[in-house]
Amino acid sequence: MPGLEDLYREIILDHHRNPRNRGELPPPAPHAIGHNPLCGDEIEVYLQVENGRVVDIKVGGQGCSISQSSASMMSQAVKGKPIAEVQALVRRFKGMMSIPDADGNAIEPDPAVTLGDMEALQGVVKYPVRIKCAILGWNTLLEALEQV
Amino acid sequence: MTTTALDLAAIKQQFPLLQREVNGAPLVYLDSANTSQKPSVVIDTMTAFLRNSYAPINRSAYQLASEATDAYEGARTKVQHFINARRVHEVVFTKNATEALNLVAHSWGRTNLREGDVVVLTHMEHHANIVPWHMLVAERGIVLRWVPLTADGQLDLTTLPQLLDGAKVFSFTAMSNVLGSITPVQQLCAAAHAAGALAIVDGCQYVPHNVTDVQAWGADFMAFSSHKMCGPSGVGVLYGREALLDAMPPFLGGGNMIADVRLDGFTTAELPAKFEAGTPPITEVVGLGAAVDFLTGLGMANIREHEIEIADYALRTLTERFGDDITLHGPTDTSVRGSTFSLAFRGIHPHDLSQVLDQKNVCVRAGHHCAKPLMRLLGVSATARASFYLYNDTDDVDTLADALDGASAIFGF
Repeated sequence: MPGLEDLYREIILDHHRNPRNRGELPPPAPHAIGHNPLCGDEIEVYLQVENGRVVDIKVGGQGCSISQSSASMMSQAVKGKPIAEVQALVRRFKGMMSIPDADGNAIEPDPAVTLGDMEALQGVVKYPVRIKCAILGWNTLLEALEQV
Repeated sequence: MTTTALDLAAIKQQFPLLQREVNGAPLVYLDSANTSQKPSVVIDTMTAFLRNSYAPINRSAYQLASEATDAYEGARTKVQHFINARRVHEVVFTKNATEALNLVAHSWGRTNLREGDVVVLTHMEHHANIVPWHMLVAERGIVLRWVPLTADGQLDLTTLPQLLDGAKVFSFTAMSNVLGSITPVQQLCAAAHAAGALAIVDGCQYVPHNVTDVQAWGADFMAFSSHKMCGPSGVGVLYGREALLDAMPPFLGGGNMIADVRLDGFTTAELPAKFEAGTPPITEVVGLGAAVDFLTGLGMANIREHEIEIADYALRTLTERFGDDITLHGPTDTSVRGSTFSLAFRGIHPHDLSQVLDQKNVCVRAGHHCAKPLMRLLGVSATARASFYLYNDTDDVDTLADALDGASAIFGF
């Protein structure tokens, strides 16, 4: 069906069908649940952080292909990274989603941060309703990080 | 094509928005359970009122204000007849149906319910008929009981007498906004009364589609919204039995709802003004009156007959074309269901489904439909919902089915 190729890229559908890092980590792992109140989608993020580095991440919950694939790609991208790099990655991703920073300013892409496969989610910006889906896992990740 | 008394082509012509084309094709609007489109007569009546007759109501002596008051109160009379209320002042205009239900919970509930008092709800209620009661649970420790559902999404009434035993309130929907199930309202009101409980009916999904008779039902309160029945948003209706409304304290305080205000207190106005504090949505109420005339002109029985036909066709078509790949939640017997269908299709998430259907101009709602307890019961986080109304025809069902095929292509089934 024409028009939706930008949204439903093959890499996105692949992560939707085979989400990476699914599961949970036992307490007291930092853990957060994010809800999209509009649609009932839910994402859970569990972290294992050692020496300021995310050594493991698990993702649970349920939702549409965009929310689930975004969270799946996110989990791959942040696993093994120092928290500072993870935060830079979140910022870069939000910038790609046209989400302004806390002061309402557009986030300029940081050339030091690469998104890799996650660039495939760029097409979501054309469908503003779906930005909330793409960003759900990332906001949940930030909430989990606050518990570290 | 349909064979009922409604002339579908002529009806569609009366809805300007349905004439709109997107990407060279007409819109197939299947989200009327959410909100309905508006016929020209409603739009034109509101425009004419704003151009020629707009003025404050109930408080000025000049001719124009009198005209505006007549238009506003005239709409109340139309609504009274539409739902067969005994007295015109049993019709209270609110902001929406949610406010109407909150009015009852807040005013009647806080006056009459104490710790341990039981309110019975059902598993298929909209949040608007759940959360106000939850608020009373938190505030004063009332107890909620829930009528369960059968496997096909109807109320399971086998334990109703026990659930109602000792209850003060039974508040239930006349038609589920998710499942399309129509409940036996008259029987439920009688059961409530037999147990000494009030019967409160959420008529949001029922009133736009069926003949409504609050007296035949025996309802104590009934709430519905204008925007789902071809009228404008911004106005809802609370029907309440006169004796109950009379005995209740006001909900919101302010202008219009008082008889007198002194330094040491106030006295309330008579019904219905007692419950209409502040300037009401005057133009919207007038628009609702036009919507009532529009629907009455077509005949609510004819609309129901048409929707039974659509529902039968949808059930048949979708089942024949997709078999086990599609799940249609709710009853399959169209004598106990309306034309609202929540569906699950080939494991495709409702959001994705809705997005893909939109490529074919098919507008369906994806989400939890403000019924999260029911979603949990169904074991889903969301559904896609196609809801049909008087301006939809069987061609729209076919377009929906074709668009579902397109979704399969993208998601690789």
